[in-house]
This record gives sequence, C-alpha cells and structure tokens, in this order.
Amino acid sequence: MIAHTIFFYFFSIIAIYSALMVITSKNTVNSVFFLILDFISVGCLFIMVGAEFLGMILLIVYVGAVAVLFLFVVMMLNVAEQSSSWFRGRVTKATHIPSGLFVSILIFLELLVVVGGWKYKTNIMSSGNLTINQNTTNTHELGNVIYTDYVLYFQLSGMILLLAMMGAIILTYRKRENIKRQSYFKQVSREKSSSIELKDTEFEKGVKIDD
Amino acid sequence: MIEIGLGHYLTLGAIIFSLGIVGIFLNRKNVIVILMSIELILLAVNINLISFSIFSGDILGQVFTMLILSIAAAEAAIGLAIIVVFYRNKGSIRVEDIHQMKG
Repeated sequence: MIAHTIFFYFFSIIAIYSALMVITSKNTVNSVFFLILDFISVGCLFIMVGAEFLGMILLIVYVGAVAVLFLFVVMMLNVAEQSSSWFRGRVTKATHIPSGLFVSILIFLELLVVVGGWKYKTNIMSSGNLTINQNTTNTHELGNVIYTDYVLYFQLSGMILLLAMMGAIILTYRKRENIKRQSYFKQVSREKSSSIELKDTEFEKGVKIDD
Repeated sequence: MIEIGLGHYLTLGAIIFSLGIVGIFLNRKNVIVILMSIELILLAVNINLISFSIFSGDILGQVFTMLILSIAAAEAAIGLAIIVVFYRNKGSIRVEDIHQMKG
C-alpha cells in the first residue's frame, strides 16, 4: 500500500509538471515532447490502478501514433522559430489573458468543490450488472463486454475512425501538375481497335515503332 | 493522505483538466498548442472515467474510455489536417493570424 502511494505521487507529479510544461514552453517541439511524457506517466498510472489494457493502449496509440503525428506536423510546418511571444500578441495586446485566467481558476475551484464535498456512497455507485471479476485479467473482462453488449458502440467508433481518415485525406489532397498518374478508367475502357494496329512490313525494312 | 483513494485520482484529473483550459486561454503562439491542450482535457476525462470504473468495480467506464480514445485520435487527425491546409494557404498558423472568418 505504501508503494502504491509512492508511485501515485511520483507519476502524478510528473504528469502535472509535464502538463504545465506543455502549455508554457516556448518551443512547440518541447511541448510535444512534454505531451509524450504526460501520456506515458498517465499510462503508468492506469496500469498501476488496474486498467492494464487501457494503459497499454494509451502508450501504443497516443505515444506511438498521435504524439508522433503532432511531432510530424510541427516539424513539417516549421513553426519552431516563431516562438517567444507567449503572453503577448503582436497585433492585439492580449486583453483576454486576465479573464481567461479568471475563468480557468474558477473552473478548477468548482471541480475541487465537487471532488472535496462529495461523499463516497456505495449504494449509489454500484450499477450491478457489469461488476469486475477479480479472477480474470482486465483485457479478458473488457473483451467480454465490448464484443457482446457494447458491440454497436465499438462498430460506431470504427466508423468514426474511418470517417476521420477519409476527412484527413480529402482535406490535405491536392492535384499537382506535371505528375504522371495512372488512370484506371482509361486503362479499363481501352479497346482493341484503339490500341492494336496491324501493319504490313516490307522485307528487310521493318517498322518504326516510336514516332 | 497515505491511503490513495478515489479523491486523489479525481483531483489529478481536475488539475490536468484546468491546465488544459489554461493552455487554450493563454496560448498566443500557434494552433497546435491548442490541439495539445484539447488532448490534455480528454486525458483528464479518461483519468476520471477509469478511476470511477476501478473504484466502483464496474467495467463500463473502461469501455467508454476506449471510445473516447478513438474519438480523440480522430479529432487529432482532422485538426492536424485542417492546420496543414491552413498553413499551405496562409503560410502561418499563429492564432492572431486566423481572423478570416470574423463577422
């Protein structure tokens, strides 16, 4: 139990510090690296608390795919130089900063009131039908549920991922000039009359092909 | 203080959520940092769902956490695509340069 406490404080302090550094570091590449650190520490927290599958998914999907995608875009767009303008705008003199801070602190205080004033009531919390079986692993439990009772949600998330992929491709696609492309329609609709030509060749002269 | 309960995890989620909101408000650099703040907010929501799921012994929170993970991945892909298109048109993704749609 004492190890659980020590590891909780260790990972959560790292997570909070890296979340702070994501929003305050001047260089965007540093922000992405701190975002990766944040995902890793929260993933370790998930594994520690008993949700191993989602912790591993967080490590694989977020650190392996989403954060690397962020890094890719940051490095591709070359925005690392346009830094050092935090807190101060170039055109406007950033009059929204005090109100933004006020709203954020108010939201944090509201969340603290909710967390602190909330009493643990077991009869409210247990919904009964989907209790976690302690004998099987977390992945087994999750697989038992998502492929039977919640298969529609699972399929729906797959459809959303497909739509996101199509949307990203359509948004970033552009036609370029001077590039040879394959036209499937032309290939398929080619016929014998337009592509084959019979010629009589004279003796010892042949035919010129490339003209 | 020694015993780690549900309240500790909820407080961690609240702190990360508020940091994400602060990041959206304070950022003047570029839009990518706003997207990263949104990722932080979704991460805080995931922390809340998973801690409720574990401490109340109900697997349903983890199912919804997985759905939120896929939604967040889709949102990051679409947002980054929009940013790439905008950078191609304007040559900049600073927040104050994005004012074409002001009424």
